Amino acid sequence: MISMQKVSKVYPNGVVAVDDLELEIQDGEFLYVVGPSGAGKSTFMKMIYREEKPSSGLLLIDGIDVGKLKNRHVPKLRRQLGVIFQDYKLLPSLTVYENVAFALEVVQADTNTMRKQVMDVLNLVGLKHKARNYPDELSGGEQQRVSIARAIVNKPKLIIADEPTGNLDPDTAWGIMEVFEEIHRRGATIVMATHNRDIVDKIRHRVIAIENGKVVRDEEKGAYGYDI
Amino acid sequence: MIFKSGFRHLREGFKGTLRNGWMTFAAISAVTITLLLVGVFALVMFNVNEISENVENDVEIQVFVTRTAEEANVEKLGENLEQIPGVESVTFSSKEDELENFRNQLGEDANAYGTVEKDNPLHDRYIVKASDPLETETVADAVQSLANVDKVTYGQDYIDKMFAFFNGIRIGGLVLIVGLTLMAMFLISNTIKMTIFSRRREIEIMRLVGAKNSFIRWPFFIEGLLLGVFGALIPIAVIYFGYDVAYSALQPSLDQLNSDIFKLIDPSILTTQVSLVLLALGAFIGIWGSTTSLGRFLKV
Repeated sequence: MISMQKVSKVYPNGVVAVDDLELEIQDGEFLYVVGPSGAGKSTFMKMIYREEKPSSGLLLIDGIDVGKLKNRHVPKLRRQLGVIFQDYKLLPSLTVYENVAFALEVVQADTNTMRKQVMDVLNLVGLKHKARNYPDELSGGEQQRVSIARAIVNKPKLIIADEPTGNLDPDTAWGIMEVFEEIHRRGATIVMATHNRDIVDKIRHRVIAIENGKVVRDEEKGAYGYDI
Repeated sequence: MIFKSGFRHLREGFKGTLRNGWMTFAAISAVTITLLLVGVFALVMFNVNEISENVENDVEIQVFVTRTAEEANVEKLGENLEQIPGVESVTFSSKEDELENFRNQLGEDANAYGTVEKDNPLHDRYIVKASDPLETETVADAVQSLANVDKVTYGQDYIDKMFAFFNGIRIGGLVLIVGLTLMAMFLISNTIKMTIFSRRREIEIMRLVGAKNSFIRWPFFIEGLLLGVFGALIPIAVIYFGYDVAYSALQPSLDQLNSDIFKLIDPSILTTQVSLVLLALGAFIGIWGSTTSLGRFLKV
């Protein structure tokens, strides 16, 4: 699904965020990305959804050379993956339903398919009954479920989640992880950056640790491994 | 599909104006005020221009024929006048005609001049018009050199100053209108920039879920168009009805001057044109303002 060969990212101010990275992520894998703040995790994630371009090296997403991808083709890439953030990024003026439907409007799905798809994913994340509510009326966990619903409504093969449980209490975080597990079971590849030791240690998947822009550890069914 | 997304963009454009109520109000007010100024100035300018053209076209060269000239020579002079380059028309008024006019102007008092007819003191007169009013002086010089010409007058002293004055007004008015339009564009694009800035999150999310730039742009394009068109409505109404009122109030008193010069332009001709220009200007400014301010949020 993702192939990185000697990928580096140097920002214009000279900071080397990602340094000569080599990595293969197979279809259907669940990958935790751990490491201290400022180690290059976010840049790593941003390159995958092409918010940042690699400065050098080859980055392939599902066969697409992201480094050479022209700006006008970026929307096409984005439609094939779902992105989830710590701060949910919901639009407060839209209802839950509308927030999720937003991702389908963009690809100009017809109204009937859209309604069915939106209700299906809301059902999956357990928020069918809140479809008419506004984000302000929901708890943090529920808002994150909405943002997950929006990310998966296009049925993407790849999900990028940047600290999805960062703002949530432990119980709520477990609830979110159940949703991710379900999506994973259905066949999606998931790349999740996280600081949540508890989750990484208990729900075992492949773990890569990034420090100073390099992969310093890569373990199947690994543990969080940092003592904080 | 295109039709369907077109409908979606229209709906989103309308929604956008409602959702950002105060910003919309601010932007529309900015369009309204500046277009109102532009419109009023345009009306004034068109009328000043019309009057100055009337004045310019009214400039005539009076050619007084020597009183001792034979009839044949007077006719010859008329032919010569017509051959001067740049002459548009030559009209002859004999001294008898002149006396008749004079008497008509005096009305009843004319009887006091009863004896004058026997010994008419007036000149035969040619009235020469230059095809380009600005060439009047050249033509007048050429006339002066012809035989049997007693005196040539065309208001030498004030005509140059008058032309310069009208030109000044025209250029000044044009500069003013262009300046106002630029100011309007600046004001409006700034207001729209604020509305877009307050919606940068929405744009960010649209981009994240894979919206093409054109898809993001369309609703803003329509919103800008709406802002511009709504902003133009009040100025158009004011100009449409206001000019009509001003025309009916002013023109009767101008009519009393009994002159071909001081005529305002008929509202039926002027207001429709100015309104259409304002509408187009509003739409253009709105669209321009919203699409240019969007640019920096669309960098991928």
